[in-house]
Amino acid sequence: MIEIEIDGKKFQVEPGKMIIEVADDAGIRIPRFCYHKKLSIAANCRMCLIEVEKAPKPLPACATPVSDGMVVHTHSARALDAQRSVMEFLLINHPLDCPICDQGGECELQDVAVGYGKDVSRYTEGKRSVKDKDIGSLVATDMTRCIHCTRCVRFGDEVLGVPQLGTIGRGGKTEIATYVEQSLDSVMSGNIIDLCPVGALTSKPFRFQARSWEMEQETNYSPHDCVGSNLHIQQRRQKVLRVAPKENEAINETWLSDRDRFSYLGLLHEDRLAEPLIKQNGEWKTVDWQFALNVAAEGIRKLIDAQGGQKIGAIISPNATTEEMYLLQKMMRALGSQNIDHRTRVTDVSDQKHIGAFPGMGFSIASIEEQSSILLIGSHVTHEQPIIGHRIRKAALQGSSIFAINLENYQFPFDLSDKLIVKPSALVWHLASVAKVLLTKQTNPDSELMAFLADLHVSEEANAFADKLMQFDKGCIFLGEIAQNHPQASAIRYFAELIGKMTNAQVGTLTTGANAAGAWLAGAVPHRSAAQKSVASPGLSAKQMFDAKLPAYLLFNIEPEYDCTHAQTAINALKDASLVVVMTPYVTEAIKEYADVILPIVPFTETSGTYVNVEGKWQHFSGTVKPFGEARPGWKVLRVLSNLLDLENFEFESSLDVLNTLKDSVDGILGGHHNALELPSKMNLPHEGLERITQWPIYRTDNLVRRAYALQENIVNTIPQIYVNNALAKKLACAEGDLIVVSQGQASVTLPLAINDALVDDGVYIPAGFQETATLNELFSPVTIVRS
Amino acid sequence: MTKNYIELLTDASQKNIDEWLARYPYEKRRSALLPALHVAQDQNGGYLTDNLLQAVADYIDVPKIYAYEAATFYSMFELKPVGRNKVYVCNSVCCMLRGSDDIIEQLKAKLNINLGETTPDGKITLKEVECLAACGGAPAMMVNKTYHENLTSEKIDEILQGLE
Repeated sequence: MIEIEIDGKKFQVEPGKMIIEVADDAGIRIPRFCYHKKLSIAANCRMCLIEVEKAPKPLPACATPVSDGMVVHTHSARALDAQRSVMEFLLINHPLDCPICDQGGECELQDVAVGYGKDVSRYTEGKRSVKDKDIGSLVATDMTRCIHCTRCVRFGDEVLGVPQLGTIGRGGKTEIATYVEQSLDSVMSGNIIDLCPVGALTSKPFRFQARSWEMEQETNYSPHDCVGSNLHIQQRRQKVLRVAPKENEAINETWLSDRDRFSYLGLLHEDRLAEPLIKQNGEWKTVDWQFALNVAAEGIRKLIDAQGGQKIGAIISPNATTEEMYLLQKMMRALGSQNIDHRTRVTDVSDQKHIGAFPGMGFSIASIEEQSSILLIGSHVTHEQPIIGHRIRKAALQGSSIFAINLENYQFPFDLSDKLIVKPSALVWHLASVAKVLLTKQTNPDSELMAFLADLHVSEEANAFADKLMQFDKGCIFLGEIAQNHPQASAIRYFAELIGKMTNAQVGTLTTGANAAGAWLAGAVPHRSAAQKSVASPGLSAKQMFDAKLPAYLLFNIEPEYDCTHAQTAINALKDASLVVVMTPYVTEAIKEYADVILPIVPFTETSGTYVNVEGKWQHFSGTVKPFGEARPGWKVLRVLSNLLDLENFEFESSLDVLNTLKDSVDGILGGHHNALELPSKMNLPHEGLERITQWPIYRTDNLVRRAYALQENIVNTIPQIYVNNALAKKLACAEGDLIVVSQGQASVTLPLAINDALVDDGVYIPAGFQETATLNELFSPVTIVRS
Repeated sequence: MTKNYIELLTDASQKNIDEWLARYPYEKRRSALLPALHVAQDQNGGYLTDNLLQAVADYIDVPKIYAYEAATFYSMFELKPVGRNKVYVCNSVCCMLRGSDDIIEQLKAKLNINLGETTPDGKITLKEVECLAACGGAPAMMVNKTYHENLTSEKIDEILQGLE
């Protein structure tokens, strides 16, 4: 430790720190534009010039390391003079258009100019103007305002790992631009809006909507992925106008994914339902809550009287709050049904009883950076959980080895040490091969396992891959969306655990939706009620409920045609059911086709609730704005419905009441572990021929995101097409854009062909989450293709 | 489908760039960008195109914006067609004090073009540049890749006559 003095105060600091870091920690304000604690030091704006005694001239605080006995003055006459001069230079070309600038009121340049700028400029020359660039649907540009701090450029280089912005030209002609005009192709590009200290890069959807001082902000949490990014929801007059990151070093640092930042655009979509609807004699009628709830309760009661409670199935969105999960499962169980599930996309649940408290991570998000090796299985992590992807990138930059076993060679912003790109039906096979290689290198391999894997032919690739995995030191294995939705997900889990055990790596599951952990803890699974109590005879999983064609369904915050695996089976089952009660913020023609009662609930900004993230962190939030129309928070709807059904112990006054009931019994429980998984019964040989690959594209994952127009227009958003690699396109003699027919069993879809050369050979990627592809059932199965 | 821009680089150019790449560790390969851009420019009659920038970036395996940044920053890279010969006159402080303004005027009159222009016969492109780092021999100019220092009116006539 060394001692330095800043503005008369002495500090003990670590050598190597920059003066600005010490000052920031001590709350001494030094003006700056280019410096940002999460980015490399550029020292190009010169705004942070300060006086250091014995130095011949003012020094930049951001790029001057501390040294013992250093005496620093941040507000001496000399320092202020230097800062004022820099300010004068910055304002030579910066337009004084604050009244029409979106940054006005929250602009670092404006703030500093008030403190350091002169009221009259000495420069009389014309200011330069720079042509604005169109960089996509999310970020608006006003490049004349740019002061070339290069925060956005460094963000692309260092944080995203996808450099797209750069400084073009030189000196007075310098501009920030992309290579030839292009859209930013990134899932986290919105962060440059926060980084830009001036009004050069601002939010396009928020443009001219409000001034920062007119809005109030509340803390909330991301309702889209299992990370639980902390958000500030900013509203004016009960309308959400913007979402910004809330700093939380342990979770999202200072960043936010574009999905979390811009999904608010779907909150007041025209599909929002303002009042309850019931179907009477085939006609939809708007009714009051009392009436609608009575109709629903009456329907449920009649059905139970006639067929028994176990004939009802309830499916809840993995983005619902823990309180909603708890109440719905409590209601279902009180009605005599164990049929409750949140795993809308999962096919294989055969090993569910072996899953610990909840699937997730037994280690913290922040600790991902410290893992020396990371293996991704069936995971497009940068699109599924952009913030986790960023942590993995940070690990890679620090020298960790990253491995992947995937169906597509995704373009990750980090290098892979090795990868296996395999067909869906070969995924388990390859995992087993890797496990077998590792087993043979054990001193005392499990003989039962060795016998089971005896006939397995290990490819050279798998052998080399396993060899590299052996160097795992402190590592982790992540199971992504494909691993969880795969028809042999339990076998994947088994072999992942086995590989983890042999390589000293922890297995983490990156669950779908914001609150899978909450769902498990609250009991929104068919085999366990709240607080992990096993039930005597487990109910049906989401997929099994639709396969079973139950006479009654309760749907909570989902759109099965977009959200469920086997979407066609689901729709058919719903159409055939005699009672379908849908609780949803949005109503569509598709819902009206199968529903009997539609109850308007609210999205996350209009209710209080709790999300439990993938690490098991509980994050409680209160409603930011009033519910839309007559819509009501889901927990209230479920409570009143339960009261009307004369169920006991539903006298909850607030969502906190619900939370406390549950939390006392599960507080501190960590998830992410698997208990004694069982060896798969047999190994299936990989199929020959073409196979479907399915994922939910990043902006098609839930009902809110799908309605956020700026995300739908974004270049990152996938469009419904049939994606194959070059080799397969050649084999089919089809070119990009040709209409082709993909058949799977009885069903088929006709869509244009698109080339994605990163796909595995014989893999046919058909994205889910679209009307156009909802007629196909199986997510991973053989398909045939013919030209239309 | 992504186009293979690397094919735009001739075999000789690729070999040449390989030699430059060999001088830097893999993670510092961005350093080979400047010499590689020169190679590509020389191959293409003295100027770079968008596609060539992309080709160089792809070949070195760096983001294409890096190539674009370098090519727009340095005055020795041309992004539009140029004459067979490039005449770069220094007009920074030392050269200016030693009379580079007169030299520029003489060149403009002689060639009958303005700064930044090319003679109609495509022989010469005239450009004013910042410091050539030849202050000791000011005034200086660079013709193609040759430095000429302590310039006088006669010397310039002689140099121009020697150009093809």
